[in-house]
Amino acid sequence: MSVDRDASAALRAQVEQALAEGTPLRIQGSGSKAMLGEAVSGQVLDTREHRGIVSYDPTELVLTARAGTPLAEVEAVLAAAGQRLSFEPPHLGEGATVGGMVAAGLSGPRRPWAGSVRDHVLGTRMISGHGTLLRFGGEVMKNVAGYDLSRLLTGSFGCLGVLTEVSLKVLPVPRACRSLRLPLGQAEALAQLTAWGQQPLPISAACHDGQALYLRLEGGEGSVASGADRLGGEPLEDGYWADLREQRLSFFASPAALWRLALPSGSGELDLPGQQLIDWGGGQRWLTSDAGAEDIRQAVTRLGGHATRYRQGPAGFHPLPEPLQRYHRSLKQQLDPQGIFNPGRLYAEW
Amino acid sequence: MNLLYDARIDGALTHVDQAEVLQRLRAAVPDLDLLHSLEDLRPYECDGLSAYRVVPLLVALPVRLDQVQALLRVCHALRVPVVARGAGTGLSGGALPLEQGVLLVMARFNRILEVNPAGRFARVQPGVRNLAISQAAAPHGLYYAPDPSSQIACSIGGNVAENAGGVHCLKYGLTVHNLLKVEVMTIEGDCMTLGSDALDAPGFDLLALFTGSEGLLGIVTEVTVKLLPLPQVARVLLASFGTVEQAGRAVADIISAGIIPAGLEMMDNLSIRAAEDFIHAGYPVEAAAILLCELDGVEADVHEDCQRVEAVLRAAGATQVRLARDAAERARFWAGRKNAFPAVGRLSPDYYCMDGTIPRRALPGVLDAIAALSREHGLRVANVFHAGDGNMHPLILFDANQPGELARAEALGSRILELCVAVGGSITGEHGVGREKINQMCVQFNGDELTLFHAVKQAFDAHGLLNPGKNVPTLHRCAEFGAMHVHHGQLPFPDLERF
Repeated sequence: MSVDRDASAALRAQVEQALAEGTPLRIQGSGSKAMLGEAVSGQVLDTREHRGIVSYDPTELVLTARAGTPLAEVEAVLAAAGQRLSFEPPHLGEGATVGGMVAAGLSGPRRPWAGSVRDHVLGTRMISGHGTLLRFGGEVMKNVAGYDLSRLLTGSFGCLGVLTEVSLKVLPVPRACRSLRLPLGQAEALAQLTAWGQQPLPISAACHDGQALYLRLEGGEGSVASGADRLGGEPLEDGYWADLREQRLSFFASPAALWRLALPSGSGELDLPGQQLIDWGGGQRWLTSDAGAEDIRQAVTRLGGHATRYRQGPAGFHPLPEPLQRYHRSLKQQLDPQGIFNPGRLYAEW
Repeated sequence: MNLLYDARIDGALTHVDQAEVLQRLRAAVPDLDLLHSLEDLRPYECDGLSAYRVVPLLVALPVRLDQVQALLRVCHALRVPVVARGAGTGLSGGALPLEQGVLLVMARFNRILEVNPAGRFARVQPGVRNLAISQAAAPHGLYYAPDPSSQIACSIGGNVAENAGGVHCLKYGLTVHNLLKVEVMTIEGDCMTLGSDALDAPGFDLLALFTGSEGLLGIVTEVTVKLLPLPQVARVLLASFGTVEQAGRAVADIISAGIIPAGLEMMDNLSIRAAEDFIHAGYPVEAAAILLCELDGVEADVHEDCQRVEAVLRAAGATQVRLARDAAERARFWAGRKNAFPAVGRLSPDYYCMDGTIPRRALPGVLDAIAALSREHGLRVANVFHAGDGNMHPLILFDANQPGELARAEALGSRILELCVAVGGSITGEHGVGREKINQMCVQFNGDELTLFHAVKQAFDAHGLLNPGKNVPTLHRCAEFGAMHVHHGQLPFPDLERF
């Protein structure tokens, strides 16, 4: 059920009050991504009152929605026009919102080929740490006026301001899609993916679960058919990718700690205790393991990557080296001088 | 309003003595090449926006990063502004020097450090030319996608600083979409890695923030770009239209058909005739507008898409649609477009290139309004348009030797940019704000938004020493600009439909 409601004045009033009283705010939508990062104590600022699609013109390839709009509603409206969010955002919960999608900056299986959430963010409206309602970017594909605040806010977990509205680049759904399962070992699959990556194949997802390689091809009928002929394997239900994206595969049921490892593309096998699931053609690996955080981070850092603990616990995000950490604090201090927005959510010290 | 740095409204700069700065730099970095005589400094007085010229205090030509770091530390200690420059091809005066500032030329950092086909990336120094990356990647069947029209000459460090675009942005994105990692140095000489070798990095997305920051937040010292597999085939369709509206509608119809062309360019009649006279591309000189539509990818898909696009173009009222028969004809079709600027330059002693973006649906109204402004200012305007992504390049023809014409061209340019903002677009799609559009920033952003920009700057460069006066105007400048710009209490362009 689509609801169109502009609650920006109320959100702003709540920020002004927090500024006046010096009390921190815990910004949230449905809480579907609350397991990421540190727990925040503060008064809840619920964005879900502020919802609705503000504008959508399929021929412009742009959709603008208020932060509290359910992601499912946006996806349904796009699907009806034959378009989609090509970064395939994980919902990770029933009521996932557009604001949470952008604030968490998570992208799904298509990310290495289609780009990330931030690659599709064209503009934002936000409430700043001075209590002002601001607009950055816009509804055009190219815009280099001023600093790119919209993309900075993407993935910032609400630590720099309250996102109230987002304009996103959307794209047509390709005419053809086929999913395949290939019985290949992990090392062989990674080597193949590296080789295929250098060729113009219409791959749009690639995952390995230790047993087999799962591939998705998307594009025109011709390229998908010839790609499928060339790659072989057996047909796979397209629903596999949603299960992967939403962490519904049995792999994710493990009681051990869940880690997300980001690695350079072309990286080989990673030797760590526990179970691994390879996504993003090797660029993102899920690990369930009881190994120590230090050991995991070191192993990943050596390869040029980083590790995120995916269920709530202390120090979930990969620590920042100096002087990067210092400049992060400085930016937080400048944009949120009173420290009211999700203090400690990314890193406990700020 | 004069666009050269004005301490009264752009902020006071420390008064420094050239001899003293030179002596301090020589002491700190004995082997650094420094230019200080007027005749040596003169060649650096402007970038691609040659209407504005300032001789810098000093020019530094480092070849090693430790020299850059030492220079930044000295300048930071002395409070001397630093303006970074790559190849100097920028069109917005982003590398325009300051009389009181050191011009830091990064062009000698011109080595390709690594081309990694397995990882599909190239790691290069900031002075490497854009096209050189694709040339180095070509033997591996890979290329670097962003292709600004200056790609033969422009350097990747400048591309990052400006978030450079090109004719393939709708499908392949801008510079920011094609970077993995950038090494930067702050004004204090701190080195930071933004992004990572993986597809993302922990913390805030400073890679996105620094891309397009026009040298105000840090100096780019190394760039790792993504490489893509070269498309198997590319085909180009050339369609002629009797009216600009029909051409505009055809663009929307192609997108509605679910097709994302690699390039989709529009030219108006004046541009068509200029290009045809210059290049003999075979353009239809009677057409009110032409569309060039490039489709690339796997053979089978491109073949299908060409048929679909041709049908769409004809249904939209194209009087003629031609598919380039071979690579030579395809190159000729593109040559007309790629040489549109110099071609238009032949019609007039000088031209001034604008860079606004608009929602595509606003195109017919905006072109009408530009025609009216053109008559009002008594200057011709040729229109070249990245139709796929809404980026317009109106070219204002003028003669700088005629008293008052440059000022008229600037005034007309300002009105065109304000028009873009009024319909929901932006004053710059890919050329940057630089010094050229500093006043129009006051139209696109309000004081609260500019205040946040200044806060970002403060986080990385508290004394405002990196490229002061560019990209983000002071509130003081906007107050003066606003005072001269009262539209009788009305919005500019009251007749236009707002999007």
